[in-house]
Amino acid sequence: MTEAKSVKMSYDVAGGDFDRAGEASANIKRMLQKIGIPADIVRRVAIGTYEAEMNVLIHAGGGTVNAEIFTDHTVINISDHGPGIPDIKLAMQEGWSTAPDYIRQMGFGAGMGLPNMMKCSDKFDIQSKIGEGTSITMEFNHISEDL
Amino acid sequence: MNLKDVQRVLKAKILVGEEFMDRPAETCCGSDLMSDVLAFTKCNTLLCTGLTNIQVIRTAGITDLCGIVIVRGKLPSPDFLNFAREAGMPVLSTGLTLFEACGLLYVAGLRGCSQEGGCSL
Ligand SMILES: Nc1ncnc2c1ncn2[C@@H]1O[C@H](COP(=O)(O)OP(=O)(O)OP(=O)(O)O)[C@@H](O)[C@H]1O
Ligand SMILES: [Mg+2]
Repeated sequence: MTEAKSVKMSYDVAGGDFDRAGEASANIKRMLQKIGIPADIVRRVAIGTYEAEMNVLIHAGGGTVNAEIFTDHTVINISDHGPGIPDIKLAMQEGWSTAPDYIRQMGFGAGMGLPNMMKCSDKFDIQSKIGEGTSITMEFNHISEDL
Repeated sequence: MNLKDVQRVLKAKILVGEEFMDRPAETCCGSDLMSDVLAFTKCNTLLCTGLTNIQVIRTAGITDLCGIVIVRGKLPSPDFLNFAREAGMPVLSTGLTLFEACGLLYVAGLRGCSQEGGCSL
C-alpha cells in the first residue's frame, strides 16, 4: 500500500504572546492558498485554527498547533498542557466564557470560539482532562461548496 | 461599492492601502468584538471598529475582510499601521462614531452579513 502524500506543519504557541498571536494560523492559511485549496475551505480552516490558537494562548498558557494537509482533506490538531476544561458541554455553548477583562478589552472572550470551530470544520473532536490539558482535532474536506 | 466609495461616504482618511481602494466591500460589520467578526462575517466584509490592537488586523486577515474603518477619529499606533501594511490590509479613519459610520454606509447601500448576498465564502 502506498502512503498518501501530505504536507506537515507544526508550531509552538507561547502563552500570552499577543504580538505573535495567530501567526501559526496565518502560516497554515498561506500554505493552503499556495497549494490551491478552494478559498471557502481555506477561510474555514483559517478561522477554526485561529480560534483554537487564541484559546491555547489565552486559556492554557501555550501549546502546539499541528497541521497535516492531504490531497483531499486537512487535519488540524491543537493541544496544550493547560488546566483543562471542567465541563466541555458547557464550554461548547455559545456565550460561555471564563476570559478575564483584559481579554475582553482586546475584543475576545465572547464564548464563541469553540462553537465556531465546530461550525467551521467537517469533523470536530475535543478531549480535555483537568490538570492535564486539552486536545482539539478538526478535519476539513477539500470539496468546495462554492462550486 | 468599493473602498473608494466607503472613503467618500465617511469622509475618511486613508491610513494604509491607497493602492487597494478598488477592492469591493460587499457587506459590512460594525463591532468591537473580534469573536463576532470570526463567527459572523463573510469574505470581502468591511469592518468598522473602535478597537486598534494588532489582533484586529490579524482577525481581518484570517477572515478575508476587505478593509478596516477606525471610528471616532482614533489614531492607531505606528505598530498597528506597519502590521496592516505588511498584511496588505487597508485602514481608513473617520471622525464619525460607530453608529454614524454604519448608518451612512447602510444608507449608501451596504448591507450586513446576516442578509442574503455578498461574498459566498
Ligand atoms: N485550551 C483551553 N484550555 C482551557 N480552557 C479552555 C481552552 N479552550 C477553551 N477553554 C474554556 O472554554 C471557554 C469557552 O471557550 P471559547 O473559545 O468558546 O470562548 P472564549 O475563548 O472564552 O471566547 P472567544 O472564543 O469568543 O474569544 C473558555 O472561556 C475557557 O474557559
Ligand atoms: Mg476562544
